[in-house]
Amino acid sequence: MAVSDTMTAPAKPAASREQAANFLIKRHRFHAAEALPWLFAIAVYFIFPDRMTFGSQVLVMIMFALSLDLILGYAGIVTLGHAAFFGIGAYTVGLGAAKLGWTEPISGLFAAAIVAGLVGFITGWFLLRYRGLTLLMLTLATAIMLQEAGNLRSDISGGYDGLPGLTFDPLFGKFDYDLYGHTYYIYALVALAVVFYVVRRIVYSPFGAALTGIRENVRRMHAIGSPVHRRLVTVYTIAAAIAGVAGALFTQTNAYVTLTVFDFDNSAKVMVMLILGGTGRLYGAFLGAAVYMILEDHLSKMSPTFWQFGIGLLLVLAVLFARRGLMGLIEDAGRYIAKRRQP
Amino acid sequence: MTAALQVEGLNRNFGALHVTRDVNLTLERGARRALIGPNGAGKTTLINLITGVLRPSSGRVLLNGDDITATSQALRARRGLARTFQINQLFRGLTVLENIVMTIGERDGENNNLWRPAGAKRSVIDEALDHLESLRLVDDALRLVRELPYGRQRLVEIAMALAQKPRVLLLDEPAAGVPSSESHLILDVVASLDPDIAVLIIEHDMDVVFRFAKEITVLVQGAVFTQGTPDEIMTNAEVRAVYLGEDGHTATQKAGQRGSHHG
Repeated sequence: MAVSDTMTAPAKPAASREQAANFLIKRHRFHAAEALPWLFAIAVYFIFPDRMTFGSQVLVMIMFALSLDLILGYAGIVTLGHAAFFGIGAYTVGLGAAKLGWTEPISGLFAAAIVAGLVGFITGWFLLRYRGLTLLMLTLATAIMLQEAGNLRSDISGGYDGLPGLTFDPLFGKFDYDLYGHTYYIYALVALAVVFYVVRRIVYSPFGAALTGIRENVRRMHAIGSPVHRRLVTVYTIAAAIAGVAGALFTQTNAYVTLTVFDFDNSAKVMVMLILGGTGRLYGAFLGAAVYMILEDHLSKMSPTFWQFGIGLLLVLAVLFARRGLMGLIEDAGRYIAKRRQP
Repeated sequence: MTAALQVEGLNRNFGALHVTRDVNLTLERGARRALIGPNGAGKTTLINLITGVLRPSSGRVLLNGDDITATSQALRARRGLARTFQINQLFRGLTVLENIVMTIGERDGENNNLWRPAGAKRSVIDEALDHLESLRLVDDALRLVRELPYGRQRLVEIAMALAQKPRVLLLDEPAAGVPSSESHLILDVVASLDPDIAVLIIEHDMDVVFRFAKEITVLVQGAVFTQGTPDEIMTNAEVRAVYLGEDGHTATQKAGQRGSHHG
């Protein structure tokens, strides 16, 4: 971050105090460069009008990766079962529309957030006493159990054939779903912007700082009086709710949902996206999800059988040469340029 | 007047290994007590029992007269019990200033806030800078902890404990691993601590112990071997035996027996 450029030699104590205080006071302010991904997303709407359905899927995955960043990147919670909450959100609106006739899309997002958040709270309460490998296995098991529960009652869930042909009301009763998905792209983008704003507030809040503290040194957090478990459960619940919203958007944009949303593949994929983009950096989720999805799209067209090789290669390169992900590379480049400008 | 910290009949076993035996210890308000003893005597275990990292097999810990034996480590900290670690436990990837702000945030409950920007409360930042200034760390405020020399990191360790505004402070070898050219800085800080805070210091350097402590507790094989003023301890032949190893075996045997007397 901006640590290096604030390290010029201090003149007086008062001056260095002020300088130090400013670092914290100004840190949360919006940076001009933060407009870039949003301008890019808006540009895509005009440049690729025929790829809006794919575009919406990318936005959904960005939101999903963003929710994982909150717990993995900031609080340091490793999970291989994050798809559980994505799936719960997806099925909340899916079942709501198919069984209850709840077809209003925006209230569906809120319902998905509440249900997924509730499950996140309950599972988190029990699981977050554990860390590392144990937690990894337990979260994985949670997602599998939910999937199997759905499979067991395939009369309700539709099983692996899914709930097809769902219909949702036009947004605000006006903007209907169109064949090219223009409406839903805007809808998903607005939803992502709202979620992003919330996540950004949390990350730069004192609570967000405490999460970083838990990631950096949990022993110290206990020693300074931090209710670590409560903090972890809180952030896990929020992340689950956001993943639920992403899942709900997924169902709404595709107009169908199957049990594959709970797949281990889905949990692993979102983690790969985040690591590729860079954990604990907010925009890592944007970059990682977008690059992954676009590559997957192109590679699978080029070689339907071997496309995963390309993704694997990219991940190996990222782990070897860009440990902090693509965002880390961008930060390094920015720092390098700044250094050359003022020797 | 109730003691700031009182430890009554504390025991702790790890399986068959009896690492803490019937320890009684009292810190009055403003106490300056040193805890000394050979390696493996259970000094750090005792700190861990007092702070709640470990639970005792039996016995009680009282903070300002309240029984805290069953309370969590975090709650004890919020009630005014602070410690430093023998090996630095800092947020290495964060700046020095953030380390202190984090501590104040947990103390005041600021860190429960999910919405307000962390930098919005000027009073917290100013207090953190005051703490840093008193330890002459202001110039390092924006450096990452992991970039600091070890001696400076030890100071951050102390600064964090002080930022908790503790009533009782447990210092686990504050100058350990610091070159002697820098250790005087740390010891000056320790010597000038707020006289209201009750301090228990674990230290191997006897010069430091005799300079700082008004009372000394000697721990051997998990039990209190003896307690007394620095003069009493200095002239105690048995303590010398334990430390210099003249007749360590009989001395430690004796400690085992004595533990029960003191209990």
